[in-house]
Amino acid sequence: MELEVKSVAPPTTFRLMNLQKKMRFKEQAIEGVLFLVGVLTIFITLSIVFVLGNEALLFFEDPEVTLAEFLGSTKWAPAIGEFGIWALVSATLTTSVIALAVAVPLGLSAAIYLSEYASLRVRSILKPILEILAGIPTVVYGYFALMFVTPLLRSVVGNQIGVYNMLSAGLVMGIMILPLMSSMSEDALNAVPNSLREAAYALGSTRFEAALQVVVPAAFSGIGAAIIVGVSRAVGETMIVAIASGATSKFTFNPLEAAETMTAHIARISGGDLSYNSIDYNSLFAIALMLFLVTLVLNLLSQWIVKRFREQYE
Amino acid sequence: MYHYVYPEETELQRFIQARYRKAWIWQNLFLLSLLIAVISLTALLLDIIDGSFGYIAYEFKKDPLTISEKPIEQFTKEELIQVLQANLSRGALNKLNSEMPLEQRSEADLYSLVLERIIQIDTKQTYSLFESLFRRAEIEAEVAEKYPNARLEFRYWLQPEFIVSPQSSKAEFAGVRTAIFGSLWVVLIAMILSMPVGVGAAIYLQEYAQKNFINSVIQTNINNLAGVPSIVYGMLGLAIFVRAFEPLTSGAVFGITDTNGRTILSAGLTMGILVLPLVIINAQEAIKAVPDSIRQAAYGVGATKWQTIWSHVLPNALPGILTGNILAMSRAMGETAPLIIVGASTFISQDPSGPFSKFTALPIQIYQWTSRAQSEFHNIAAAAIVVLLVLLLLLNTTAILLRNRFQRRF
Repeated sequence: MELEVKSVAPPTTFRLMNLQKKMRFKEQAIEGVLFLVGVLTIFITLSIVFVLGNEALLFFEDPEVTLAEFLGSTKWAPAIGEFGIWALVSATLTTSVIALAVAVPLGLSAAIYLSEYASLRVRSILKPILEILAGIPTVVYGYFALMFVTPLLRSVVGNQIGVYNMLSAGLVMGIMILPLMSSMSEDALNAVPNSLREAAYALGSTRFEAALQVVVPAAFSGIGAAIIVGVSRAVGETMIVAIASGATSKFTFNPLEAAETMTAHIARISGGDLSYNSIDYNSLFAIALMLFLVTLVLNLLSQWIVKRFREQYE
Repeated sequence: MYHYVYPEETELQRFIQARYRKAWIWQNLFLLSLLIAVISLTALLLDIIDGSFGYIAYEFKKDPLTISEKPIEQFTKEELIQVLQANLSRGALNKLNSEMPLEQRSEADLYSLVLERIIQIDTKQTYSLFESLFRRAEIEAEVAEKYPNARLEFRYWLQPEFIVSPQSSKAEFAGVRTAIFGSLWVVLIAMILSMPVGVGAAIYLQEYAQKNFINSVIQTNINNLAGVPSIVYGMLGLAIFVRAFEPLTSGAVFGITDTNGRTILSAGLTMGILVLPLVIINAQEAIKAVPDSIRQAAYGVGATKWQTIWSHVLPNALPGILTGNILAMSRAMGETAPLIIVGASTFISQDPSGPFSKFTALPIQIYQWTSRAQSEFHNIAAAAIVVLLVLLLLLNTTAILLRNRFQRRF
């Protein structure tokens, strides 16, 4: 910065300075603009709610659809006017449960290893690998599921597994969520003060006992939040299931079968030629609204858990 | 009084040994879960490499030897045009001429036209790299038996031509140039939207916001937006940018008439909104890392709030903000679902010419090609993944270098 000295009043004349806060219009204007920019983010949420709600309302106003059918039926076949969301929810649930069954134990174990056991050198090698996994686009995971995991499963289990199946999509989704799970849990574990570990060691516990009986319970709120965020990621994940878990909606919880999740259905239908204002088009918004609400509740819950159950040390 | 009997010497040792054994087993289980992650990453990368190269068994619809004794690679431009004129129907020729007259096309272009339209490679089967390396004899036997007329050749699906050629409906001639340009355009527009807005919001939240209701709503809301599934942003983009603002996003107000709302602009704006929370959160972290002493020093010499922010806080936070922005760019480059919803076109062989063009993008191409049944499309999907991953690697390396080069520790 270039220094700029403007005329300074000579010290000979003694003047009373006005030390009151001046109104500076430029400053006010800048603050105003920045505030508006911040408020804009609320506007985004509002427009999501409005847009999805509005189109979903059109969907439910249609004489062919009733809310009871939407929430009660297990058949989703827009061509013949059947709109039962459970056919899609079942697949979403199945793939998400598989994904979490992979991601939660592996992610938590990885986090415990990184925060409690790993030396700095080992950490500096393993941590970037997890970061690379986190940075790979989901469409690439989809390719991996269809081209590698599915053939592998088929060669191990046999041909009762279809080319498209929820198992391989769920497993790969678990690998995708693993880095998120482990980095959030690791943050929670690192936040536990060392004095707790040292107290456990002083009582003669092994590193494992200290980790599992002292550190993990102390970090439980953070780990819980990580699991919930993992659930919300699994429910909202699109590309892996769109590629690997099949393109027919079917009410089933059998992971060896092909079934279409909510997200995959939206992607497939909107990828084709879709006429606006058709009932198909509106039904997608009803599904998206459900997705949005579910993930919103999960995210709020996770933030609330962190705030409410955080153990305060010091 | 309590009476506790301590275990005897050998029993105690056994007890302790059992505990240590348990601890040892668990430690290895923890390590194993990390190894699973490493193995998955390795398998993923190897699988992609595996698909990008390998044998291809193909036949010619029309044998080049029936056209001329001379190999067509050595044809001159005039000869290539003659071959095209002699073998194509009048309608097909007119169509080609109306796209660009044959005389004005480059020799490479004409050569690929001859290959594509007249000789017509007909791929029978493709093999992955590891099959090609380790089961060569079996592959040769299989091809000789099943396709007696076919030629077997080792093909690099990932090759310079793949990167520079436009999209084609034949996997053997398809490239990703169109898709790379599409991706770059989308990311550019996304960043033009999200960078100023995101950094502005971050400055407001870190520097101005008092602790009150509206500001805590803004902060919670940003955290929530970061967790909204990308496909929901796609639906938002479809309803708002593609439909409601169609006159604007299709360029109709600027006198462009040949497109609908499914343009680069719509996709870029959608992607901009998607990465906005990420940009804000990263920028907030960077601003938070600037110590208060710097602000107080500025106030101490009589700077106003904005002067403090502009000439003291922001310069110090800039490397962090830029790093965050680059990470957001790489997120925008890899996102697929919103682009499908907003409507990236599946088949576009013309490079995008501006924000109002129809477009395709790299992840869309990967999705389309992966979904095809023929194995040669899976090979080019793998090759396209390599291109995408290299682009992402470049972006992230830039971010890391930037961080290491300019980061100051206070």
